[in-house]
Amino acid sequence: MRLSDLGRGDRGVVRGIDTHGHADAAELGHEELERRLLEIGFVEGAHFQVLQEGLIGRDPMALKLDDMRVALRRREAGAILVDVTAEAAAEASP
Amino acid sequence: MSEAARPIRIALVGNPNTGKTSLFNALTGARQKVANYPGVTVERKEGAAVTPAGRPVRILDLPGTYSLRARSPDEVVTRDVVLGRLNGEAAPEILVCVADATNLRLVLRLALELKQVGRPLVLALNMFDIAERQGIRIDLEGLSRALGIPIVTTVAVRKRGLDTLLAQVDALAGQAQGAAAQPLAWREPSATELRQAHRDAERILRDHVKPPLRPDTWTGRMDGLLLHPVAGTIILFAILFLMFQAVFTWATPAMDLIDAGFTALGDLVKETLPEGLLQSFLADGVIAGVGSVLVFLPQILILFFFIIFLEDFGYMARAAFLMDRMMGVAGLHGRAFIPLLSSFACAIPGIMSARVIDNKRDRLTTILVAPLTTCSARIPVYTLVIAAFIPDRTVWGFASLQGLVMFGLYAVGISSALIVAFVIRRLIWRSASDPFLIELPSYKLPDLKNVLRGVLTRGQIFLTRAGTTIFAMMVLIWVLATFPAPPPGAVGPAIDYSFAGMIGHAMLPVLAPIGFSWEMAVALVPGMAAREVAVGALGTVYSIAGENEAGLVATLAAKWSMASALAFLAWYVFAPQCLSTLAVVKRETNGWFWPFVMFAYMTALAYVAAFATFRIAQAVFG
Repeated sequence: MRLSDLGRGDRGVVRGIDTHGHADAAELGHEELERRLLEIGFVEGAHFQVLQEGLIGRDPMALKLDDMRVALRRREAGAILVDVTAEAAAEASP
Repeated sequence: MSEAARPIRIALVGNPNTGKTSLFNALTGARQKVANYPGVTVERKEGAAVTPAGRPVRILDLPGTYSLRARSPDEVVTRDVVLGRLNGEAAPEILVCVADATNLRLVLRLALELKQVGRPLVLALNMFDIAERQGIRIDLEGLSRALGIPIVTTVAVRKRGLDTLLAQVDALAGQAQGAAAQPLAWREPSATELRQAHRDAERILRDHVKPPLRPDTWTGRMDGLLLHPVAGTIILFAILFLMFQAVFTWATPAMDLIDAGFTALGDLVKETLPEGLLQSFLADGVIAGVGSVLVFLPQILILFFFIIFLEDFGYMARAAFLMDRMMGVAGLHGRAFIPLLSSFACAIPGIMSARVIDNKRDRLTTILVAPLTTCSARIPVYTLVIAAFIPDRTVWGFASLQGLVMFGLYAVGISSALIVAFVIRRLIWRSASDPFLIELPSYKLPDLKNVLRGVLTRGQIFLTRAGTTIFAMMVLIWVLATFPAPPPGAVGPAIDYSFAGMIGHAMLPVLAPIGFSWEMAVALVPGMAAREVAVGALGTVYSIAGENEAGLVATLAAKWSMASALAFLAWYVFAPQCLSTLAVVKRETNGWFWPFVMFAYMTALAYVAAFATFRIAQAVFG
């Protein structure tokens, strides 16, 4: 499951980054996109909850990511693999 | 010179929103200098302080970053200064990594990266009072041992911990001398190394920092409202409305005062000096020219007060979040919102603030369209022509027709900016926009002193520009409008015989199809100095004594056709009638290519718009 498939209120754990087939990756390079996502905190094991979504196309999305808040477009969220199973959600709840 | 007297150079590095600038202000007070780095237009902020041991310190405040892997021009400066790669800028001897004590995760990774550089490093845990209030328990000794660097705690806005930080500089001074001889070591981390560094930082965090007992809940609660797709957007527009009200109404008394001051000064010069070139140069060139730019200072100060206040409050990242999709329709980045907003006061600060945009194409697009948003210099021109040609009548029972036309001109300005951005980004530079990936910082009550200092810095930068580039342009325009002098016994206004007059007459064949008379064409030349100067220039060509607005309105109403007047308005919506803007674009893009592109496309748009307006209006009004 990818972060881009989620909606407001969903919570889970980041499992990895997969930039293959991602539109921005062609422009930036897979490694660059991956590093940018890592630098802002989308690292394996990070807990998140989707806080809000934008007005048009539910884009961009605002998340609580561990103890900080970040915003990103659904497009970039498509490169983030997540786990939203009950155990992961329980782990991510405050 | 004794060793103790040689100032030691330290640099503040940290994530955005960590209170780095507050710490810089607290350490240096008024002893700071703001300039530009050579070749690039990123602000260089340096200040002075003295350590407890009496050692002078030079402190550099660097742009915020998450990593030394630079993406925006701001971050490139941070990297190059830290690594001593910037020409004319020796690498700092001690690095101070500034952290928000309530949000340590990402900064610990940055600290580990900075450690690799091989210079003595101190971690300053700023906003430590907020961390204590939230009950975050930080094992300072353990954290310091795990990172292998000294740690100090600071509360910049209360001036706490500053001496401890400076004492730490004393303690590291000896080590700094040894390290200064070593080459600097840093290379770009790969994704694998980044993951490893994250894991290290995570482990250190888990071992030495216990989560808050009383976490900040109001950021979450406020985001529930301020980021809400509907309520948040409404609040954003309400804030913008308030901002515009402030910029346009609160600034008026100060602007009137400045205007009156410069007019009085000009009159004084005219009375005291004998009539002649010197009098004209001082009164019409220097005083009138500088005055016509300085009059925007109050608006710029108010605008930046709002922008800096909202930025420090943590709101600007939210505004970018709310606007990203709307801007995205036009191919612009969410961060382009702030530059475009600033451009409503004046395109110059707008273009300067486009630096926050990482991607070069996104940034250039924003710069190119910024002058299309209706800056306040267009208002005098719009007001004059509207007063002369649009009947003062109420339509639909409530709206003033004149007000509607004014609103329409604003709407045309902003929509053309978005359309041009769309054309550039979707048709010419067809590439995916840069990822929108931003931190939404916790809300914090801004420290008023820091906000005011930021506003003053902005004002100072604007004045420096006005004193140099803009002033030079004003002198050039004066020369064009003054020389050569009219022959003895000449009839008609003197400007008609000058270079400006010649240029105006030479342009007439080109401008006649869009309905411009030679007087209008001549007024366009001094109007290049700043748009509103065209009002004064029209007064000059029609030989109206002084700047009698009522007289000018009547003259225009009598001499221009409705179609010509509307074409003139259409011209002013698009035309690049501002050399200062072009000069700033040259500075920001390091060359004449982009100002030239801007001039060419805006002139073309202006011509087409004025042509179409003239022809249609002629058909309608006869």
